[in-house]
Amino acid sequence: MERIPILKMGPFLLVTIQVDLYDRLALTLENDLISMVSKTGARGVLIDISAVSIVDSFMGRILGNIASMSRIMDAETVVVGMQPAVAITLVELGLTLQGVYTALNVEKGMELLNTKIGLDLAAEEEKDEQEEEAE
Amino acid sequence: MNTTAQILQKKKNTILETWMQHQLSDATLRDDLMTNDELLKQSEELLGSLLKALSSGNYENIYASEYEQVTDLLGDISIMRARQGFSPRETTLYVLSLKKALCDTLEEEYKDQPEVLYREVMQLNQLLDNLSLVTVETFIKGREEVILRQTDEISEISTPVIRVWDGILALPIIGTLDSARTQVVMENLLQEIVNTGSSIAILDISGVPAVDSLVAQHLIKTVSATRLMGAECIISGIRAEIAQTIVHLGIDLSNIKTKASLASALHLAFGMLNLEVRRNDRNKSTKLFN
Repeated sequence: MERIPILKMGPFLLVTIQVDLYDRLALTLENDLISMVSKTGARGVLIDISAVSIVDSFMGRILGNIASMSRIMDAETVVVGMQPAVAITLVELGLTLQGVYTALNVEKGMELLNTKIGLDLAAEEEKDEQEEEAE
Repeated sequence: MNTTAQILQKKKNTILETWMQHQLSDATLRDDLMTNDELLKQSEELLGSLLKALSSGNYENIYASEYEQVTDLLGDISIMRARQGFSPRETTLYVLSLKKALCDTLEEEYKDQPEVLYREVMQLNQLLDNLSLVTVETFIKGREEVILRQTDEISEISTPVIRVWDGILALPIIGTLDSARTQVVMENLLQEIVNTGSSIAILDISGVPAVDSLVAQHLIKTVSATRLMGAECIISGIRAEIAQTIVHLGIDLSNIKTKASLASALHLAFGMLNLEVRRNDRNKSTKLFN
């Protein structure tokens, strides 16, 4: 069966969707991605949909689901490279993908993830230091 | 071939002459739009094809195949006149003056046969009335085409996407926003975001006369679509009355960045891109040193 490859890049997972997503493929991707997040303990998921030209409400929901699931597992989701036509369709369908970060291209998406994770890491370190000081 | 058609065919040159005289003596002659030579050529062609059609004996049905050439020719003439800026009156008078010329000729021919004259003139009258209706119809169609083309052009020029800074796009919207225009605006903006890789878009609505709930919804849609693409959208140019309308209508713009002027929106955009605009103090310092 066809599968979409999931690449691991440091603390992030990178998914590039090169084919038009049909329902089953999207569901498989959702499963694979979430199990990868739990297996690798990734902090961020980057989904590149620049090659996707057709999108429906189901696909929009899957993207939202992936984001919510990753959030629960402490990973941020960034969707990058959405085509104008796809964006217009999603808005017309009333799916504004709340809770999903978006970026223009992979480069900017990576930057965004880095700042998000970087802030988290910095905050954690600070917390650790404070705890140490308290001790 | 009936006699009237024969007579008219024979008298073709006289008819043309009378017709041209009528046209040239008319107060509404537009020699600024069309030279008299051109007019003569046009009239001669039309008269020729009309007389050919008449010789078939068909005086009633102008949609028959014999009249195809005549109606085509008339259609071309009216559309051309519509584009050149002739008034409907001038265009109709062109055909009606032909009627007068034809009737004058018949009157001369059938001087001693009033019955025949009456019958033939009535027939010709009906025919030419039909033809002038065709003219008016095509004329209006031609005008409508002009209007449609202008509407397209207006919607094209009224949605320019301007790159104000590296990574910042501005889109001044002028005129009322309806669904069709919002679609064009949205598509242009999103396409330009992809082309330039900009991360901030400023929608300036200072040229939008009124904002109702529909327009607001369109704006929110545009902002959402921009956000989905991965860019931020700022709405600027909100006038006092528009702010009042938005609040009275109960439209929620709280999760959209809004600014009163394009300048403050640009300032915000610079801040978001970590850019800073500073006054150049160089002149001042050189003066101090002198």
